[in-house]
Parts: sequence; structure tokens; C-alpha cells
Amino acid sequence: MLKMKNISKVFRTEVVETHALREFNLHVQEGDFVSVTGPSGSGKTTFLNIAGLLETYSSGRYLLDGKDVSNLNDTARSKLRNEKIGFIFQSFNLIPDLNLFDNVDVPLRYRGFNKTERKERIEHSLALVGLSNRMKHLPAQLSGGQQQRVAIARALAGEPRFLLADEPTGNLDSKMAFSVMELLQEINSKGTTIVMVTHDPELAQQAKRNIYVRDGKVSELTDNSGSSEYQEVVNG
Amino acid sequence: MFSYYIKLAMLSIKRNPVLSALMVFAIALGIGACMTTITVNYLMSNNPIKSKSDVLFHVQLDNWSPFNAARDPDQPPLQLTWVDANNLQKAGKAFRQAAMARSGGVIQPENPDVKPFQDSFRLTYTDFFTMFNVPFIYGSGWDKQADENAEFVTVLSRRINDEVFGGENSVGKTITIVGQTFRVVGVIDEWHPVPKFFDLNNDDFGEPSALFMPLSLKLPLELPSWGNTNCWKSPEGEGFVAFMNSECVHLQYWVELKDASERDSYLDFVNSYVNEQKELGRFPRPLNNKMSNVQEWLEYNEVVADDAKMMMWLSLMFLLVCLLNTIGLMLSKFMGKSSEIGLRRAVGATKRDLFYQHLVETACIGLAGGLLGLVMSYFGLQGIRLLYGEFADRLTSLDGNMVLLAITISVFATVIAGVYPTWRASSIAPAGQLKSQ
Repeated sequence: MLKMKNISKVFRTEVVETHALREFNLHVQEGDFVSVTGPSGSGKTTFLNIAGLLETYSSGRYLLDGKDVSNLNDTARSKLRNEKIGFIFQSFNLIPDLNLFDNVDVPLRYRGFNKTERKERIEHSLALVGLSNRMKHLPAQLSGGQQQRVAIARALAGEPRFLLADEPTGNLDSKMAFSVMELLQEINSKGTTIVMVTHDPELAQQAKRNIYVRDGKVSELTDNSGSSEYQEVVNG
Repeated sequence: MFSYYIKLAMLSIKRNPVLSALMVFAIALGIGACMTTITVNYLMSNNPIKSKSDVLFHVQLDNWSPFNAARDPDQPPLQLTWVDANNLQKAGKAFRQAAMARSGGVIQPENPDVKPFQDSFRLTYTDFFTMFNVPFIYGSGWDKQADENAEFVTVLSRRINDEVFGGENSVGKTITIVGQTFRVVGVIDEWHPVPKFFDLNNDDFGEPSALFMPLSLKLPLELPSWGNTNCWKSPEGEGFVAFMNSECVHLQYWVELKDASERDSYLDFVNSYVNEQKELGRFPRPLNNKMSNVQEWLEYNEVVADDAKMMMWLSLMFLLVCLLNTIGLMLSKFMGKSSEIGLRRAVGATKRDLFYQHLVETACIGLAGGLLGLVMSYFGLQGIRLLYGEFADRLTSLDGNMVLLAITISVFATVIAGVYPTWRASSIAPAGQLKSQ
């Protein structure tokens, strides 16, 4: 599903070079649920941005669903993001003056679906996160947990095969965090591959595998599922 | 996607009402100033008789001094002498022809309740009315016999008919003009060609005339000239007749040809007439006669005043300043949406999608600015009317073309101004915008 081989990312200014990722290797298989932990500045978010095609990398090779993304132009990267990747962010990133229906509609608009198909997908996604009775509400009228559910519905509406979550429970209390985590596990159980960045070791343990990133490299692997295939995660 | 972009534009405008209102106001101010001056220029440079512009010709004969041209560089005078205008008229070589002059005097209504008053007349030939498509509400122009026999007939303007006859059909009624009883043969409808192309020597944008009468009455009634008169030498003798036979120019002469291609042959006729006159000791200058169709005549006379042109350029500069301000406001607005832009990029919007989305928003602001600008130009034109009085009356009305132009300029200029902010917005790197909101 996701295969990174010797990925490096260097941020350069006139006076300094920062190596955010150094020879980063990772192989995430279809249906996996991988949590990514590590100290601040270790390169977790950079990894997630590169995985989500939001940022380019300096060297190495990245295959997404078998396709080398190195030489894709902006339009092709946008299309790939739209069709294959769903994003969940710590601060939900809902558009405040669009109601829930229209927020979930955003990625579908760029997909070119017709009105009927968009409506069906939006209603289905909001039903999946338990918010079908609040479609006309604005984000500000919801609790944090509910807003994150809307963000998850938005990520799922296009039926992506790959979900990237950046601290999805970072802004939620423990009860809401638990319910969001349950939802992610349920989504994963239906076959969607999830990579989740988190600071919370308890949450990380709930994923099937956990990788620990330090100084831009994967330094440790933990298999929470008891599977013998965990080396694949690192070595590809 | 267009309707989606419109919806997003409306939401965005509502989200920042003060900033949006400032942008709309800045554009409206620029458009208002621009449209006020453009309207004045447009009406000044208007061709009021487009349908016949190519077949109507103003004729100029160079009867001027052997030592100086009437106008630099080496141009003939704008008007004709009484002798030449009448000779050309009597020759009747064109399909239609009308010599004309401005005069005036006292009009004395039959109704004792209406006091006598003084007004201007146009002395001309009956072809004037058909040549220039003059609209009638009652009757028509006089017949050719009235021209030949110098009959006391008149065609009234609607204004005079309203004042003297209370707007009734006055055809057949009589009216006293310069002490003579005239029979009314026609009343013309509202007719204000702007500019007053057939006589640009006397108030380019004024009323055509209070009433019309045969030019052949000028001599017997000794009707004075109320228009510009220019002479290069003094009349030979004293009195009205001597003046009329002098080399002083004070008449306009227009012809209508069946086809624009007849222009050369008519000019040949005019040149041969002048050559005949040369044999009589007149026309000391080399042949330098001119024919101008309506458009050429308007351009030749530089109807658009220099200060009006200057005002228009200044107002365009002002619009530019307003647009530069709008660019700044737009940049601020679009950069304020960077987290939404980042989100849209993350979920699949291309740079082009976002460019179009913001361009539509820019066009909506331009449209609103254009509409408000139209309201401002209306008040601007009212201001000009107050400032310049009656002269500006015909130059200060917004027509459909001007409304369309205002909106087109507004949308086009705003979209051009919005390209940079829009490009900046669509180029926002999504990764940096998604971590915090």
C-alpha cells in the first residue's frame, strides 16, 4: 500500500540545512493500522505530509499503491490525494461557515461526482459517524468529538483506501478520544489502511503496529497484534 | 463547479463583510469617477446619425485670403458665404441638399396670455427634415415651393408648440415671428442630436432650434445672423445686402448623396463651381475644397473638449489607484483563508481549482463594485449637470451601452487586479496550513 525506501527530506534556508527525514524506510500493507510516535521534531509530521503527497521529498523512493509518485505534477498529486487518501487533522480543519453536509461535500466536489452520488455518499458517511441528524448544523454548534467525527466522515466520503491521521485525538478529552479511536478501529476493520501520528502511547498501543521515529528515522517497531510480519513494516 | 464557486464566493464575502465592503466601495469609487467622465466623452464623441453618416456630407469651400489660410494648417473655413451656399443649393446636384443658418428674433403668440419672447430660428431648406431624419408629431416640413417663393411657413419644435399652443396640433394655425404672420406646417418631436452635428459653429451640444423657416426669407426679412460669422475682408458697401454679398462666412451647407461613392463626383462639381467663381475674381487661393461625412466632420471639429479628455485620463488613473488598494485588501482577505485553502488542497483541489474559485470571488466583488459604481456615476453626472447647467444636460445621461461598459470595466479590471492575490492564494503550500487552525 505504502512503501518508502531511503526517503530523505532536507529543509534548506540560506544559512541552515535541517534534515527532517534521513533514509526513512517503511512498508505499510493494505488493511494495516500503524501508529507513529516519537518526540517533537523527530519528523513524524514531515513523514505524514510526504505520505499524503502534501510535500515532496529530497531523495529516495515512494510507492503509493504500487505507483511511484516522485515525478507526478501538481494535478496528478491532487488527483491521487483526492481518490486514494483521506486526512484527519488534530484541529479538525472544518470550514466554519459550511454546514456538516457541505463540509463533507468538499472532497467530493473535486472528484467530479454528480449531485445524487455526492448526496448519497455524504449521508452515508455522516450516518457512519452517527451525525446524520445534524447535517444542517454548523461546526461551531458541535462538540470537539463531534467535529472530529465530521472530519472523519469527510475523509471517508470518497472511500479512500488510505487514511492519514495527525494527532486525531490531540484536541479531545479522554472520553471523546476513546470514542474516536473506536471509530478508527471500526473503519480499519472494514479494510481501510490507517497511519496515525500520536503522542499518546496508550492510543499508539491500540493500533496494530507502532513505529517510533527519532531523528528522522524509524528507530523502533512494536507489533501490537502478535503478527509475525512486523519486520515488513520497516524493511519492506 | 461554477455555481459551487459562486456559492463559496457569497459565503466568503459574508464571512468578511467589512473587508468585502471596503473592496466593493474602492472599486465603486473608481468606476463611478471613470464612468462619469467616460459618459461625458462618449456622448461628446457620439455619432447621432450613424445610419446615414456615410452619405451625408458637409461641404467647405476655400474662399479665404490669398495670404492666410482660414485655419491652420492650410484649412478652408468651416462655413460658406451666402452667395456660395445659395448657388450650390440652386444647382441641386446632390440627391438632397440644405444650406442653413442660425438666426433669431421675437416670437409673438396669438394667445394674449402668452407673453412675446425671443428665441433662435434655423433658416434652411425643406430637405433639412428628410436628410436628418427629423421626427414629426404633427404635419411635416414645408414644400419646395415654399423655399422658392419665400413663403411665411414654419416648423415648430415641441417646446415652442407646448409653450405657444399648449401642445395641441397647431398645423394650419398662425404665429407671429419677427412681426410677420407665419403658418405652422409641422411640429417636430423631441429631437436633440448630440453633438448637434449639422452646426458645430454654434453651441455643439445645444438645442437644434426653437423653430425652422425657409432660408429664402433671410434676405426679404433681413434676418440677422445669430451664429458665428467670419470675414477675411470687409463687405463692399454698407448695409444688410452688402453683408450678404460679402466674403463673410456664416452658413452651413450639407448634402445627401445616394451613395458614398458619389462623393468624388460631387466634389468635382464643387471644384468646377469654384473654378467658375475664380474667373469672376473670387477664390484667390488654390483649390482646397473639402467634403466630410458626419463622422469625419465630428472628428475634424474635435468635438470632444480637451479638458473632458484630461478628466477621463485622470479618472482612469484614479481607478488604477482604487484597484491597487483593492489588490492589497484582496491579498489580506485571501491570505486570511490560508487554512481553508490548505484543507482544500489536502482533499484534492488543484491549484487551478483554487485559482478559478478565487477568480470567481474576485469577479463577484467586481460586479458588486460595478453596480455601486453605476449609482455613484449617476450622482457624479448629476453633479456635472449642477456645475455646468443646461450645457451639460445632453451629456449626462447613462444609456444601456454605458451601463454595460461600467459593469464590463469593473469586472474585467477587478479580475485583472485580482490575478496576483488569486495566484498567491492558490499557491499556498498546504502542509504548513493544516497543523493548526
